[in-house]
Amino acid sequence: MATDVTTHDLMLDGNAVAGLLADLFGADVTVVPAKCATCGEVNAMGALHAYVRAPGSVLRCPICGAVMMRIVQTDRATRIEMRGIAYFRFERSGG
Amino acid sequence: MARPLDWQLATVAGVHDETDAVRSFSLTLPAWTGHRPGQHVDLRLTSEDGYSVERSYSIASEPERAPEVDITVERIPDGEVSPFLHDVVVPGDRLEVRGPIGGYFVWEASQPGPLLLVGGGSGVVPLMAMIRHRARAGAMNPTRLLLSSRGPGEIIYREELDRLSATQDGFQVAHTLTREQPPGWSGYARRIDEAMLSEVLDPLGREARVYICGPTALVESAANALVRIGLAPSQIRTERFGPTGT
Amino acid sequence: MTERFVTRGFVGRRSSGGPEDVASRIPPGQYITRDFPVLSAGPTPRTPLEQWTFTIQGLVKQPLSWSWQEFQALPAREWTVDISCVTKWTKLDMHWRGVSVDTLLEGVEIDDRAAFMIAWSDGGYTTNLPLPDVLNGQAFVAYEYDGAPLAPEHGGPARLVVPARYFWKSAKWIRGIRLQAEDEPGFWESLGYHNRGDQWREERYSGD
Repeated sequence: MATDVTTHDLMLDGNAVAGLLADLFGADVTVVPAKCATCGEVNAMGALHAYVRAPGSVLRCPICGAVMMRIVQTDRATRIEMRGIAYFRFERSGG
Repeated sequence: MARPLDWQLATVAGVHDETDAVRSFSLTLPAWTGHRPGQHVDLRLTSEDGYSVERSYSIASEPERAPEVDITVERIPDGEVSPFLHDVVVPGDRLEVRGPIGGYFVWEASQPGPLLLVGGGSGVVPLMAMIRHRARAGAMNPTRLLLSSRGPGEIIYREELDRLSATQDGFQVAHTLTREQPPGWSGYARRIDEAMLSEVLDPLGREARVYICGPTALVESAANALVRIGLAPSQIRTERFGPTGT
Repeated sequence: MTERFVTRGFVGRRSSGGPEDVASRIPPGQYITRDFPVLSAGPTPRTPLEQWTFTIQGLVKQPLSWSWQEFQALPAREWTVDISCVTKWTKLDMHWRGVSVDTLLEGVEIDDRAAFMIAWSDGGYTTNLPLPDVLNGQAFVAYEYDGAPLAPEHGGPARLVVPARYFWKSAKWIRGIRLQAEDEPGFWESLGYHNRGDQWREERYSGD
């Protein structure tokens, strides 16, 4: 169905906002696991579903669809909301 | 040294038509930190009056080509950036670029074992970086590319893929043409499905690492079919190409 | 902002001017588009029409709910309006059919304290509007676009349309409105977008 294709193609994955996330975190975070605060599933940031054709960027859990992160860039600031993320897991270098 | 997130001025060293609607641009970067196959760059275009747009493009070339990187761009007729790149940009032009970006959809020759690459249309671009890198690094791991294109004239990198496929180093390409097949076509002639993936995967075994890139619908259906075949979701990495108003 | 390099020959996809009567209809910072871009912050909901309802709740004496069939029976009319999206496209003369918010509110007795309308949608989207900004023909719930049922990617089966505000206020997949005494910033308003969003005053972002 043409409609489904259109809709489907609006969904990208976390890689699509890798540059934006790297701006915010100062490092590439696409391989960083993040736990969904809604369903508890853990997925790499790069594997989240991304909706970028919108007034802001929205990252959703690929399992339950809940909003995990919202990013809005205005002319003066970037706002990032992460209440849908329970935690990130960063590897410690050296260990 | 420039950090990957800093914008730098790349010079267009060359342009090369891949198909009627797909063109590659070789960019020379003044402060390139090197990339890993599968990563992309961000491109920023700015008009005289300050209007500015950014787009992401997968890197098509292997890291061994640094400090030159190739991007391959499909011309979207009603797009904003791709028609500009196709119709206006010539060698010698300068473009603002930053990168490399992304570390999730990445494969390097240091990762051993069989490799299955599944691409749809211009989704082959980041996979090509992996294939070129694999050849340059002399890797011999069994590797297969299943590439879906609409018609024979729309297969990106066709000659190079056929040449690499003939080198007997373990790389093979399987094509499927979904809309139009030339007379005597011996490849697949339908959308990628479970049976096709099963056949292509068979010689590689169920332990293969999988990278899928293309339109979202293709990525979803291929990834789901591979899971039904028995692969673990953790073996499969995907990158979806959507229209970003390009 | 760091200095940006001007790309040779790049102008972007923007209005190339046009006749004066058209120019006067383009809000500041916008360009004219002929297509109907699809924007979305999430997957397209697929609520079957048999399960679809439209609800008015909050500061009303008696909450009210219509089924799809009942909603279709409400007095509707045609609207031809210009629409501006905060992502900078403006589309002129868009033809809709739908029910005005005035008509919807005729069915309820509104509490005197009600000052704001919160529109909510399938998929969890919300947007907020002061009640005076949606009355007197300023807002409607559309279920047809250009003579055909409103497509799901454009907000079908039904969406709010508030032509005098940026298009994010025109909630896709609307399922109800809630009247409140207190304002409650919605999905985008709560994260940096302007609370009112008047495109003629170029109210894109909150005053941060």
